Amino acid sequence: MNRGHVNKSMTNRITAVAGRTLMMVIACALGWIAPTSAQEPIRITIESGADAPLPIAVVPLGWRGNSAAPPIDVAGIIAADLARSGRFSPMASAQMPAQPTEFAAVRFQDWQRLGMDNLVIGTISQTQPDRYDISFRLLDSFRASQLTGFRIAASTANLRLTAHRIADIIYEKLVGQKGVAATQVAYVTSDKAANGKRTYRLQVADSDGFNARTLLESPQPIMSPAWAPDGDRIAYVSFEERNSAIYLQNIRTGAREVISAGPGINSSPAFSPDGRRLAMTLSRDGNPEIYVRDLTTGSQQRVTNNPAIDTEASWAPDGQSLVFTSDRGGGPQIYEVNLRSGAQRRLTFNQSNYNARPRYAPDGKRIAMVTSNGQGYQIGVLTLSPQSFEVVTTARLDESPTFAPNSAMLMYTTTGPAGTELAAVSVDGRTRQRLALQRGEVREPAWGPFRE
Amino acid sequence: MNISRLAKIAAIVVLGIAVTACGTSRKSTGDSGAEVVEQGIGADENAEIDSARTRGIGDSESFAGNELDAPSGDLLSQRVIYFDYDSDSMREEYRPIIEAHARYLASRPDSTMTLEGHADERGSREYNLALGERRAMSIRRQLVLLGASANQVRTVSYGEERPVAEGHDEASYQVNRRVEIIY
Repeated sequence: MNRGHVNKSMTNRITAVAGRTLMMVIACALGWIAPTSAQEPIRITIESGADAPLPIAVVPLGWRGNSAAPPIDVAGIIAADLARSGRFSPMASAQMPAQPTEFAAVRFQDWQRLGMDNLVIGTISQTQPDRYDISFRLLDSFRASQLTGFRIAASTANLRLTAHRIADIIYEKLVGQKGVAATQVAYVTSDKAANGKRTYRLQVADSDGFNARTLLESPQPIMSPAWAPDGDRIAYVSFEERNSAIYLQNIRTGAREVISAGPGINSSPAFSPDGRRLAMTLSRDGNPEIYVRDLTTGSQQRVTNNPAIDTEASWAPDGQSLVFTSDRGGGPQIYEVNLRSGAQRRLTFNQSNYNARPRYAPDGKRIAMVTSNGQGYQIGVLTLSPQSFEVVTTARLDESPTFAPNSAMLMYTTTGPAGTELAAVSVDGRTRQRLALQRGEVREPAWGPFRE
Repeated sequence: MNISRLAKIAAIVVLGIAVTACGTSRKSTGDSGAEVVEQGIGADENAEIDSARTRGIGDSESFAGNELDAPSGDLLSQRVIYFDYDSDSMREEYRPIIEAHARYLASRPDSTMTLEGHADERGSREYNLALGERRAMSIRRQLVLLGASANQVRTVSYGEERPVAEGHDEASYQVNRRVEIIY
């Protein structure tokens, strides 16, 4: 088969995962391109692939500009995005039989012979010192025809974002669901200085780990970033006033407000799907309970009333109910509460004595959670109809699952040799990847909404 | 750390009295720390707390021998309480320490203390934040039973966010499951 993108360091090993054998392929480190800023990007390693990823060749774009090469490798970014989705197996440019940039120059039989179903060609033209036109065509090799094509204007500042958008156009055309390459991820980092002092940062980066920007830096811990559905605001928990407090920050202006800073715990903010309400956990009445605040009127509703721990609310996509963690039955399990009737029921009845921190998939079909059967903590996925439960990760200390906005993948925190790292897995557990910062710890990913 | 046998015996005796007192004033809901059940050191429970406090002050007189063997200064200097896995129950070995701190607070009504609850890194972070609070509340409840006033003791939970040991092993977890006493 054509695995031309996998370099000589590729290793294959057979690993039994949850009673199923998967081919583990350590592919080349993708997206490892020097960034323009001093910020070190997240390095991404695909650890296992889908059963049958689609072969595709993203040919380096032709360059028409004043310098020797374009400022970034647009085709390389597109190929890396497609590989990270787990659905594609992009060809390495060195393996390509030719590097056409025009439709008329494509010899389709060459690509057919190599089994490349699809081909992406195009050019990037410098129109002004800081302006570019990118044109690209997605081609079907076997039909020798164009599936889609666009010309897009871009500035130096948004060239990477434009490349991600092109990857999403290709993904949607070939897979039939929206791509998430152009989305952003919020997360918390923790760095330890030589003197032992820690610095915590709340950051937002592109979904490939590049373009990281800091929203908050503090000597005290930061937790629980949560996106507003408009993608313009993030709620989070900060200990900067020596207790947990919930803040809401505009990520463009940096302006923020305190949402809750009462005595006891102020934690687990979660926006309703319409963005108008915020669920949160407060222990001001003696123990942790879930409340829902109307952000417009300021009115607040207490949702749980139980002497046990009730926390970690996540909204159903219809906004009618919440799922949350409660240890009212002895250990932590996942419960659901209907916000209108107040009716509550337990959702998890798997073998696990520890199910916590639920996250509803945006399509409403699944709930991801942290689960433990006594052998460490992994990410579990509860499929709702027909009901089934699957453990989709295999490490010992996995936590903080967050769904991609297309519900196809989960990002989570895993603990590796260097500390906590981000990782991603397809909801069926078949594609896993690690996203490793070069230093420090990174954790609590929150996958942002689609960008319009 | 060295507590004489006499002190231990005294502690056990006092413990027995305290547990009895506790048992008469509120329901016990079994092991694994599930007794955290709505402590609410609030106004409507003042009667219970007052009676418990009265007993606690009485006990401290029969406890004088303890101070000879283990000067209260030593006990007061011990400011970290460790916990078993998934538990917020105070281990008996810490009772003399908590009693010393309770006496200190009772004798200085203007003094205040913060209890910082912490958890190990395993499992979910927000749930661990709640577990840290439960541990701090457990120690606060003991302090109040032993004579401190509820408004002298503030609690804060950091969950798993501020570990003292950063390893990913049981040795680290043991020292991270803790309540720190801060004056």
